[in-house]
Amino acid sequence: MTTIETPPVDSSAASLGSARGRLWNSLRHNPLGLTGGIMLLVVVLTGLLAPVIAPYGPSEVHFDGTFQAPGTVGYILGTDDLGRDIFSRMVYGIQVSLQVGVLSVLLAVVVGTPLGLLAGYWRWLDGIISRLTDVTLAFPFLIIAVALAAISGPSLSNAAIALGVAQIPTMIRVVRGETLRIKETDFVMSATTMNASGLRIIFRHVLPNCMSAIIVQATVIMPVAVIGEALLSFLGLGIQPPASSLGIMLSDAQQYVTRSPTAAIFPGIAIAVICLGFHLFGDALRDALDPTNTTRK
Amino acid sequence: MTRYLLTRLWQSAITLILASLVVFIGVRQLPGDPALAMAGEEASPERLAEIRTQLGLDESIVTQYFSFIGNMLRGDLGESTRTGTAVTDLIASTLPVTLWLSAYALIVAIVVGVLLGVIAERFRGKWPEWIANAFALIGLSVPNFWLGILAILYLAVGLGWFPASGYVPIEENPIAGIHSLTLPAFILGTGLAAVIMRQTRASMIETMKMDYVRTARAKGLGRGTVLFRYGLRNSLIVVVTIVGLQLGGLISGAVVTERIFALPGFGKLTLDSVFTRDYPVIQAVVLIITVGYILINLAVDILYSVINPKIRVGGSN
Repeated sequence: MTTIETPPVDSSAASLGSARGRLWNSLRHNPLGLTGGIMLLVVVLTGLLAPVIAPYGPSEVHFDGTFQAPGTVGYILGTDDLGRDIFSRMVYGIQVSLQVGVLSVLLAVVVGTPLGLLAGYWRWLDGIISRLTDVTLAFPFLIIAVALAAISGPSLSNAAIALGVAQIPTMIRVVRGETLRIKETDFVMSATTMNASGLRIIFRHVLPNCMSAIIVQATVIMPVAVIGEALLSFLGLGIQPPASSLGIMLSDAQQYVTRSPTAAIFPGIAIAVICLGFHLFGDALRDALDPTNTTRK
Repeated sequence: MTRYLLTRLWQSAITLILASLVVFIGVRQLPGDPALAMAGEEASPERLAEIRTQLGLDESIVTQYFSFIGNMLRGDLGESTRTGTAVTDLIASTLPVTLWLSAYALIVAIVVGVLLGVIAERFRGKWPEWIANAFALIGLSVPNFWLGILAILYLAVGLGWFPASGYVPIEENPIAGIHSLTLPAFILGTGLAAVIMRQTRASMIETMKMDYVRTARAKGLGRGTVLFRYGLRNSLIVVVTIVGLQLGGLISGAVVTERIFALPGFGKLTLDSVFTRDYPVIQAVVLIITVGYILINLAVDILYSVINPKIRVGGSN
């Protein structure tokens, strides 16, 4: 136990730093991961710059130009039954998808991480937290969304809460598993022998080393949340019309799908691109950060 | 084994009690006074008090909880405030549609997922693996309700192979019933098939690295035989786990699939009850899905321990 002098935080900081290097290396040699990264960059920029990119407002109607075909001057992707520009609605829809995605991921991380740390570190808390996890798992996100919509009406925030709450159990499990692993490492043992308090060990030593697993899990949750948001607004349980969301666009387009198939096709492609981006990038991230892929103990 | 089952049963019982508490408290958070809703806006205070007594709303919260549980156990789920029909009747007429749909989708997902997983492992680095992988990625990224709309547009309306909507009860006409559910079941099963494919492939790659597989190969067994005898058996455990974990997704997926294909199932009942604020139905629907989910997970875990006797409760994961 001569390694006691080595400050453990250094080792985690170093591993995060080299993780960044590994990520870049892995992306350079992984064309799929790079493609995913580029897709995400485009999607995120689209969401952030929506008002700049979209030529029209999301619910701006043009009754003189309904059901325009894609490629019509002024309407790159055509218009829908109310003459709303499909491209503009899609751009704002992507913004909504990302908002709900980020909100629900934040919820899952902020609630799931501390619970996972506690469950992994103190065995006596494990039983209680596991039962709570089981109860949450017993409510599929759609049922949580249904309940929230019944209590306070359907909305964007209720959709995000339902999706986030449903992801808390997996987040707890991931962080708990990591905590169990890190707890057995030499630097945590040495901190324990040096009489560091449990909370101090958790926040100074365990949490920084859980970060890569948390980030990878976040990229797994994001596409689930994006599809979930589209599904909820498709069913009328998410953000309410006339606001735009990829799910609302699909639900509208289904009404007149035989007349204007493209109105249904484009929003679906947008959802697929967002999710594919997260899956490809997330896989590359996992390869780069997965401790079993490296020599790190 | 007995010890494992007892622990697992005990855990499920606690989860069930906690979940019923959540539903009970949740229902009491709903806006609106049920007594006022029953009596109408112009009811006298005496009439309201009478209805409250009748509904047991003037009892203590603990008594209310136990009578709530008692009613549920006796199969009395109340009446729909919208139509006045007994909630149990509504469920009896809609649940079979959803169960048939989910079972069909599950079979599709397992067959397609395992098959593609085997293909991906058998042809590693060759084009069939690429196709299988591409299918899995697309299956995970593309929302299935979008696939549903496209399938209706091209396979049902365009080619006329399947009905675009509607349901024929399988109990009455099995062939027409299965035909009417084929498109929805494939659409519902796609996402699950993708997850199963990925996990099957991963588990097979692990298994094929094992010493006993090498021994079997050294003894002269063909690669295909080994793949099916060892690889597939191990991937069965994975499939059972995945199905258990993905059930929530399957239920959510069934709701939206029913909506697209206009199937008169449990999902439609759920959505209708939310949009018409039919609280007794909402309560029953949430409770049934939750209880069903817990029980199915229990069954999955028991099945799991039967397939793989190494698994015991209390393991770290």
